[in-house]
Amino acid sequence: MLQFSFWDILSNLLIATGWTIILSLIAFVSGGLVGLILLFMRTSQIKPLEWFTKSYIEFFQGTPLLMQLFLFFFGIALFGVEVSPWLAAWLALTLWTSAFLTEIWRGCVESIPRGQWEASSSLALTYIEQMRYVILPQALRIAVAPTVGFSVQVIKGTALASIIGFVELTKAGTVLNNATFRPFLVYSLVALIYFCLCFPLSWCAKKLEGRLNAAR
Amino acid sequence: MPLVSIRDVRKSYGPIEVLKGVSLEVEKGDVVAIIGRSGSGKSTLLRCINGLETYQSGAIMADGIEVGGVRANLRELRRHVGMVFQQFNLFPHLTAAENVMLAPMVVNKVAKKEARAVAAEVLAKVGLSEKMDAYPSQLSGGQQQRVAIARSLAMRPKVLLCDEITSALDPELVNEVLRVVEQLAREGMTLMLVTHEMRFARDVGTHLVFMHHGKVHEQGKPKEVFAAPKTPELQQFVGSIG
Repeated sequence: MLQFSFWDILSNLLIATGWTIILSLIAFVSGGLVGLILLFMRTSQIKPLEWFTKSYIEFFQGTPLLMQLFLFFFGIALFGVEVSPWLAAWLALTLWTSAFLTEIWRGCVESIPRGQWEASSSLALTYIEQMRYVILPQALRIAVAPTVGFSVQVIKGTALASIIGFVELTKAGTVLNNATFRPFLVYSLVALIYFCLCFPLSWCAKKLEGRLNAAR
Repeated sequence: MPLVSIRDVRKSYGPIEVLKGVSLEVEKGDVVAIIGRSGSGKSTLLRCINGLETYQSGAIMADGIEVGGVRANLRELRRHVGMVFQQFNLFPHLTAAENVMLAPMVVNKVAKKEARAVAAEVLAKVGLSEKMDAYPSQLSGGQQQRVAIARSLAMRPKVLLCDEITSALDPELVNEVLRVVEQLAREGMTLMLVTHEMRFARDVGTHLVFMHHGKVHEQGKPKEVFAAPKTPELQQFVGSIG
């Protein structure tokens, strides 16, 4: 029977960590892009657009991420389209991330004083121009810390992709456990690796928050 | 045709009617001072003229554009109607020059170099040539308000709306802002000022409007109106100001 040393376990986990990082990064970036578009719709004061984004956000915030993964993985297959775990995980995480980022960013946009909107309106800027030149540059400063903080949730969220068969850190842990029967060791290592990914980010978010508060 | 004509404008917030049928005409070159107690509707009236507030009935025409009209008209209107606010509302992430250059570049598609030249010109006009590259947080209140005036002037407005522009200033900073407005008035700029500076209204204004309970209660030449207010409300108001 094949024997796994500690180093075999660790190196296999680290390789899988690469996939966790890649999935997190891609989901975060594409979620951010979708979130930005939703942010424009959410704050546009155009009723149908606001209503759509509100329901979108309610749906993705109000249902478990695991259900969303299932819906994409099994749901799209119903239409006869083959969905790889990779694609389903990417789609579900992107939409889930975008919903949360939109809400975070909306709070930042709404914290900009009304006078900024009024002054830029009076100068004949359109809504898009106001956002682009006046509101977002100011909101961005406030948004950095909570956005970095939320990236931790995305990394942890990728663990659920293991359930639809995407081989990332958690899935690799499960496979290794099945082969070695040393669950405590394997999952301790998995947890430790997640912590090493997440802790610097939350530390960074806390730092940024402190610095921005001091600047006020 | 008057530059701004307001006809029987009514506006309410829910059950509270703040404008109860206001009519007013402003000719080119007029300096209209609007006075009245807080809550009399004077700021609301001013904000209706450039579409920051909507109104329920009546009509406002500014520079030939119907204010209650569609969105595209509002942009055209605001290119010609400037506004200065009590709280300055400068863009804190931009320097004084950038504050001034933004609208000409974004709205009028003026090239950066040209916009910078315009900024230099209007900032010189308000006496802030040295502060072009300062951020708002580095300026005093009076300086910030003068940058805000310059920012409006850069769009070459046909009429400038001033909403209590000295009310948020420390007393010693009020005059530097009023002097700029006075100079604009002398140069023939059409101005509508909501103000608490009665002496300024009398000395610089060409027309005085006293608002009371959402209506134009009394109006006329500032010196005559101040010398002999007809209605008891204005008599009382002038008396209370001293």
